[in-house]
Amino acid sequence: MEQRWTRKDLLSLEDLSDWEINLILDTAQEFKKVSQRKVKKVPALRGKTVVNFFIEPSTRTRISFELAEQRLSADIINVSASSSSISKGETLLDTAKNIEALQVDLIVMRHSAAGAPNFIASRVKSGVINAGDGAHSHPTQALLDLFTIREKKGKIKGLNVSIIGDILHSRVARSDLWGLLSLGANVTLAGPATLVPREFAKIDRVKVCHNMREAVEGADVINLLRIQHERQRAGFFPSINEYSNVFGLSKETMKYVKPDALIMHPGPINRGVELDSSIADGSQSVILEQVTNGLAVRMAVLFLVAGCLKND
Amino acid sequence: MEEESPKRILYAKKEMDAAVTDVARMIISEFPAESLDSLAFLGIQKNGIPFSARLLAEIKAITGKDLESGTIDITMHRDDIGMRKALPVIRETNIPFDINERIIILVDDLLQTGRTIRAALDVVTDYGRPDLIRLAVLLDCGSREYPISADYTGIVSFSVPPDRKIEVEWEEYEGTDLVVEIERLPMNR
Repeated sequence: MEQRWTRKDLLSLEDLSDWEINLILDTAQEFKKVSQRKVKKVPALRGKTVVNFFIEPSTRTRISFELAEQRLSADIINVSASSSSISKGETLLDTAKNIEALQVDLIVMRHSAAGAPNFIASRVKSGVINAGDGAHSHPTQALLDLFTIREKKGKIKGLNVSIIGDILHSRVARSDLWGLLSLGANVTLAGPATLVPREFAKIDRVKVCHNMREAVEGADVINLLRIQHERQRAGFFPSINEYSNVFGLSKETMKYVKPDALIMHPGPINRGVELDSSIADGSQSVILEQVTNGLAVRMAVLFLVAGCLKND
Repeated sequence: MEEESPKRILYAKKEMDAAVTDVARMIISEFPAESLDSLAFLGIQKNGIPFSARLLAEIKAITGKDLESGTIDITMHRDDIGMRKALPVIRETNIPFDINERIIILVDDLLQTGRTIRAALDVVTDYGRPDLIRLAVLLDCGSREYPISADYTGIVSFSVPPDRKIEVEWEEYEGTDLVVEIERLPMNR
């Protein structure tokens, strides 16, 4: 018997089993073709309303979700923190309940507090999709990373994937980690000791290291995370320059990278910090393909989640 | 055992093979030999695909021509998303040719309500503007809800009780060729 999607929310990849992740990736593969057609729109979500509830600023994720919703023929409302009553002191739950009272089918939510989408999902009938919550989870980013790796490498099981940068504060690193482990990859987490919690080394198939050569040598995929300048101000590393010298992917460290390794980055890139500009634009970089695939993955997630809402 | 089984066999492999041959001949007879090359077959996921493959093989046996074919999935174009017990799985849409100005033969195993074909027409027209679209079905069971009919029909079987439904089993999927009548489960047609 074929397994079917039954969740009304997508909150974290930790919740999903491997077949659910694969179902999303398989579904996304067909949605990717929609964007390559002459008519780039299907009626799958016609009559459904989606609220993009972005309490933390976001450009690329919001645009990607918005376009995905449009390509599925959904009706869309965008709410940001500054334009919502949250700035007037309304609680998050009250705002969400008000959105639900308008018979909204899906809430796509970005919030700076970890767990905010889980809190809302259990309290509203609408489906909730996590578009990033604090340092907790960013499931659609991880899914687009998995999709890109699977598409390029033909598989995920057994691959060596290195995630380099600010692991401590990164929801992308956490989501990638759960997704990769679930599908059978080996993961190396690398970066300054202040930004890579050693706790992660206790997980089976996870390695922690603080040396760039060790991190990239033998890796099939290198995922570089964005370094936020405020982390330097908080003293996690001495200077952006030093970070870039030690943990930036440079022409020098490229010597240790396998010629068929994929170079990934969730964006936005700090050129010359996480990676050299020529590498970002080089033949091993799949950074823009990640963006293209993000649209397909979000269409798949919206479609699956919307299909499980109860009509009453 | 036989009495306990809710499944009743309506047609066996022999009748299905004959129906495939009939439909292939109907298609060939409508189009002059020189225009056969502009025909392209699109099997609807997933039971239209074995039927489409067999039609192509039959046409090749009769005319010696290899005609182009592809597959379409109508799930994204359904009008009942959220109304079904389980969300259908999206299967592959693969149209490896330009459909503009072609003669498209849409192929499915069953014609029932007509809703699948309605969605399939949307899929096809999203890819371009064929000169002609025709519909070939193995079996027409006559419970039409939309004004859609088939151009080529292998078997007509209009006497299905409301609490029963017809299903076609294909050797490619189920290991046998059979047309069966089974119990219709509520809310999951």
